[in-house]
Amino acid sequence: MTSAIRLSGVSRHYGAVKAVDNIDLDIAEGEFFAMLGPSGSGKTTTLRLIAGFERPTVGEIQIYGEVAQGIPPYKRPVNTVFQDYALFPHLNVRDNVAYGLMVAGVAKYARHKSADDALEMVALGAYGNRSPSELSGGQRQRVALARALVNKPKALLLDEPLGALDLKLREQMQEELKALQRSLGITFVFVTHDQGEALSMADRVAVFNEGRIVQIGTPEDIYYRPESPFVADFVGSSNVLPPRFVAPLIGRQVYGSLRPEAVYLADQGHPAQVTSVSFLGTATRVSITVGDVAMTMLLPKGAAIPKAGDTVQVNWDDADLHLMAAP
Amino acid sequence: MHSDRAPLGLKVAAGLGLAFMHLPILLIFVYAFTTEDKSYQWPPPGFTLKWFAVTWERTDVWEAMGLSLKVASISTVIALILGTLCAAAVSRTKFFGREAISLLVILPIALPGIITGISLRSAFNLADIPFSFWTIVLGHATFCVVVVYNNAVARFRRVSGSLVEASMDLGANSFQTFRYVILPNISTALLAGGMLAFALSFDEVIVTTFTAGQQQTLPIWMLEELVRPRQRPVTNVVAMIVVIVTFLPILGAYYLTRGTDTVAGQGK
Repeated sequence: MTSAIRLSGVSRHYGAVKAVDNIDLDIAEGEFFAMLGPSGSGKTTTLRLIAGFERPTVGEIQIYGEVAQGIPPYKRPVNTVFQDYALFPHLNVRDNVAYGLMVAGVAKYARHKSADDALEMVALGAYGNRSPSELSGGQRQRVALARALVNKPKALLLDEPLGALDLKLREQMQEELKALQRSLGITFVFVTHDQGEALSMADRVAVFNEGRIVQIGTPEDIYYRPESPFVADFVGSSNVLPPRFVAPLIGRQVYGSLRPEAVYLADQGHPAQVTSVSFLGTATRVSITVGDVAMTMLLPKGAAIPKAGDTVQVNWDDADLHLMAAP
Repeated sequence: MHSDRAPLGLKVAAGLGLAFMHLPILLIFVYAFTTEDKSYQWPPPGFTLKWFAVTWERTDVWEAMGLSLKVASISTVIALILGTLCAAAVSRTKFFGREAISLLVILPIALPGIITGISLRSAFNLADIPFSFWTIVLGHATFCVVVVYNNAVARFRRVSGSLVEASMDLGANSFQTFRYVILPNISTALLAGGMLAFALSFDEVIVTTFTAGQQQTLPIWMLEELVRPRQRPVTNVVAMIVVIVTFLPILGAYYLTRGTDTVAGQGK
């Protein structure tokens, strides 16, 4: 696989603040790559470094083999879908989409035709003459997508594009984005703080924390084999077990992670105190304390449900206890 | 309790207030048609249109009018360029002393004109700059810049920064971004600011008194006429024209800025 975007030892410091700190990243051509992390973890800054809105303090960025240093945003073969969409309020939808072609000098008829085709692709073919202010959030999001794609970028950068949409629309757009990426075959770099979004859409995920990448891998890697308590906690909402809990079980001073659905009620096992019970529809979440460690367990529909205050026995399969080295 | 109808007393008071402000202006219009040319006699003994013809023939009126139009136009152009650049710098970037610069730019309009006038006059003297057309323009530009700056800075703050980034991202260089994104979003603010600046400059007296040499702008000429009356109604004819010339731009500025609060950032 050819490398689409490569970051080598890239940092972006603002005075003493290390927004991005010594990042190495290799995104393959045609890959759907997610950058996941809490706010302030450096994922958006990394995206802006690729787009060219920020300059790295040190390090090198390559876009399709070309060193990006000194190349302004308008000469880079990437386009961005902004978090607030950034549609031009003084232009109608068609002219918004055609903007990139207009500044490139494409004749009016040709660029309007391309814009209409792009709008057709995002199912907004009839909206060319509308003003952006007349569209709903989801429609604006699609216009922003069409506007970025009409320039035929080699890579599309998406900065939390679904953040402003409601849940149902967000799930629908996730599917559409994924389908769009497959049919176009271009590289998507997607920034999100929503682990569900990252896991369901991406081929690979980079988890960011405090300006660094703490783990890169497939969604399965990240979810089932977190390398640190942070990833286990942030990505899978797993139970992170401290070494003092894990050591007596397996005899090694390491952290453990245990997914809530892997914990079950048993006749023989660890005594646990039930602190709260919440019904989630398809399952029931039960918060328990085992010794002095708080855990959550997910009980499937039909299982016997304990009540808050009950003392129960819980257990798990050794294979489900994932071990992690130091934090 | 809420009532849609104002009490009669309030209506009368409001009417009187408006009349107090605007009747004197109408009086000036009336005297432009009077047949009596030595004093302002009420009621006017008769009405005539001859003063319009007389005004037309007076070369001093044309000279003063021409000078005022030229000064106002050039001051406005200078203000548009400097005011916009300054507003862009203050609203787009963060730098040491930004707030201080913002205050210093606005200060000339808060300072009494007489202070601006005296200080400019002594500065010109010190620097051995002869009083000329250009010293008047410089004096006027000090407060014209403020008007444009204030209008532009308010609008710049509403044009979200990501619009500029989006434009650059889509392949537009700095010039194209200014031409196709920034200018359309600030144009009405610039037009309004420019019109106000023009109107301010056109009827300015105090700063002009200190920065002009032998030249007479229109307001200065009118003051002279009142002191040494010669064909008094000519002044009234000119006053009428000044009212129209300054009123139209202000009206235009009002309509242009009205209801444009959502020009930018409505996508948020």
